[in-house]
Amino acid sequence: MKFLKDTIDKLRPNFEKGGKLHFLHSTFDAFETFLFVPGHTTHGKVHVRDGIDLKRTMFTVVIAMLPVLLFGIWNVGYQHYLSIGEASTLMDNVLFGLIQVLPIIVVSYGVGLGIEFAFCQVKGHSVNEGFLVTGMLIPLCLPPTTPLWMVALGTAFAVIIGKEVFGGTGMNLLNPALTARVFLFFAYPAYMSGEFLSNGSAVWFAGDRALMVDGFSGATTLSVMASGGTAEYSMMDMFLGFEKGSIGETSVLACLIGAAILIISGIGSWKIMASVFAGGFIMGSIFNMVGGTPFLDMPAVQHLLIGGFAFGAVYMATDPVSAAQTEKGKIIYGLLIGILTVLIRVSNPAYPEGMMMAILLMNVFAPLIDYFVVESNKKRRLKRATV
Amino acid sequence: MANQIRLKKGYDIKLVGEATKEIVSTEAPKTYAIQPHEIRGLVPKLQVEVGSEVKCGSPLYFSKSQPDVFFTSPVSGEVVEIIRGEKRRILEVRILADGKLTYENFGAADPASLGRDGVKEKMLKSGLWAFLRQRPYNRVAETNVVPKNIFISGFDSAPLAPDLNFALKGRESHLQTGINALATLTDGKIYLGLDSKEDNSTFASLKNVTVNHFEGPHPAGNVGVQIHHVAPINKGDIVWTINIQDLATLGKLFAEGIYDPERVVAITGSEIENPVYTKMRVGACLDTLASKVKPGNVRIISGNVLFGSKVDINSYLGFYDQQITAIPEGDEPEFMGWLLPSEARPSISKTFLSYLLPSKKYRVNTNMHGESRPFVVTNEYEQVLPMDVYPVQLLKAILAGDLEAMEALGIFEVVEEDLSLCEFVCTSKQPVQNILADGLTLIEREG
Repeated sequence: MKFLKDTIDKLRPNFEKGGKLHFLHSTFDAFETFLFVPGHTTHGKVHVRDGIDLKRTMFTVVIAMLPVLLFGIWNVGYQHYLSIGEASTLMDNVLFGLIQVLPIIVVSYGVGLGIEFAFCQVKGHSVNEGFLVTGMLIPLCLPPTTPLWMVALGTAFAVIIGKEVFGGTGMNLLNPALTARVFLFFAYPAYMSGEFLSNGSAVWFAGDRALMVDGFSGATTLSVMASGGTAEYSMMDMFLGFEKGSIGETSVLACLIGAAILIISGIGSWKIMASVFAGGFIMGSIFNMVGGTPFLDMPAVQHLLIGGFAFGAVYMATDPVSAAQTEKGKIIYGLLIGILTVLIRVSNPAYPEGMMMAILLMNVFAPLIDYFVVESNKKRRLKRATV
Repeated sequence: MANQIRLKKGYDIKLVGEATKEIVSTEAPKTYAIQPHEIRGLVPKLQVEVGSEVKCGSPLYFSKSQPDVFFTSPVSGEVVEIIRGEKRRILEVRILADGKLTYENFGAADPASLGRDGVKEKMLKSGLWAFLRQRPYNRVAETNVVPKNIFISGFDSAPLAPDLNFALKGRESHLQTGINALATLTDGKIYLGLDSKEDNSTFASLKNVTVNHFEGPHPAGNVGVQIHHVAPINKGDIVWTINIQDLATLGKLFAEGIYDPERVVAITGSEIENPVYTKMRVGACLDTLASKVKPGNVRIISGNVLFGSKVDINSYLGFYDQQITAIPEGDEPEFMGWLLPSEARPSISKTFLSYLLPSKKYRVNTNMHGESRPFVVTNEYEQVLPMDVYPVQLLKAILAGDLEAMEALGIFEVVEEDLSLCEFVCTSKQPVQNILADGLTLIEREG
């Protein structure tokens, strides 16, 4: 430890003003503060500070994403071997999944952090921890077959247009990870929502049409439902996640484990999560009452199990920066996300996944929701004065 | 039957070093100092020079903006030094005590028979007026207004704070006289807030006050929180507050005709050997406590860890303070401290396992535990502010300099100490109190 500290102290002058490597000072600072919490002390009238900081907060979110990541890695392998009709062991599945997923994660972190560091350098800011979460969310919401250049492009778009143009962490209007997802969705629809690419390779699992066993479909449950079919999986399979889909989105169970970590640690808002699920269920039930088509008749609960519903509710909607910031606002925000998701799914077959659209739309409206909540507080105060 | 108000929000930072209930006499300090800079915006006009002989209650200076408000000597002796800072700003007026305590005689009198003007005059001349605080703005009370109500908190809920019921035992009659004096100054009520879970025997017999019982964690004992729940400050309202120990000093002024600003002060914190209570006068030099402070790199605070001034051992007891706290400095870098804290630390976050041990007492240091970041986490300040105020929105309105929004969001209802827990819990390590102080200064000037 002492050696490490001494080394850092020895290196520091190079990065300080006037030093040879001053242009890398933010980078140095980021690594130094990662290794050692600085010995800065309080200097106001408040002399003690809570042990929590943004590093710990973001790290907790990363831990909460581990269940979906691990399950996702396994499922990528599982779906692959299923498609070619070969038996596979747990290790086979995990190994195959790792080969598919790890490069995506590496590219996402590499590109995102690279841009983030460069921006901080230029603007003289310290590097924020927000991208630790974004960099993991981007791979989790992409299909396992996404080409790496596309991951890089989407990540770059998210960090620059989704975040840095607004001023960086804490200032952005939209969830950066979803910005990446929606950019790729509109720019490369075949890769993001099709079944097969023109060369015959599948989108939602790693495989080739030519090698597929008969009867294995390339579509996700959502796209099957949107085109008027019926779900090919049991509710239990959908809950556990043995289905095709983006890397992190398939297992509702894994999402719920993540949700438990976020809620128990107090990092994620249970109000948002619960109200998203409630909103989806309410809208699903309303459609059930109307009925008529298979999608309208699909049990409301099933809406909560398919596609990225649970993943979006737990990891995407709860981003504190782009969500509503008042406690009352969070409930309205969550309910509307749930309602809109199901509405978009059922009534607009062009966008089978409504979650992404609904969250981004509500990200835009979140400040408005907060505005009304805060206005009501102002009115209360004014009313008290005039009585 | 007294009104019962239960507060859920807030947080008690449990620290090592609570004072045992015993008043120990210490050696009398040789020097005293009154420090104008303790009061935001105060510009003093000196009434003494180096070499002037003063008694307890002799004027040292008055406020330029309130020329009838005198700040007087807490002790008898000789003015030995006037410490100035940048631009010759007066920082301290130092007095060498003569060890005899001779008093200016302001004349004992029954406040009720003196009436409002008589009481006011006596308080202004003796220096007691300066202990009356006014909200909004948290300034010294204006002399030409009649406040809507006057609020007094009968307990201090801050970390390691003194037990005021214990501190004021035996001074019941002074408290009553003080209340009678305040009663002449307002057409409204005098409210006393008490902790419903503690012994309130000292205050049980007080008359002429409306008692409210509060239950809940810190900041339940903050007078600002009590005002908010009893009779909130609306636009145009003015309320006054006074610390209850100063109320006893006020009582003594009318009972005996002297200014005798002696307080029972809790000497607390993990770096104090045998924390106890002791009697000190306002502005007393802290060097007599030096032997009680453990060796090492220690921060001494006049006040508590959430609202106090960093001082050194040769500095002086703050004008409004009734506690001294000593905790270790935290200026050592900590290897991977954000992930694996080297020692347990208090937090409202449940990412630390120590939240499973709610009664654990901590030895905190002054480390920031992280670097400054923009606002990210939500519903954090809200958990520790038992008021119908949106703190983050208020702070952002201040940062934007939006006077109208500041007012609409309730800046008149809060002072720095009310938001001190918000600053403590902040993940982004924002300087909450400084932002609020800037806002209060701005709106007082422009509003």
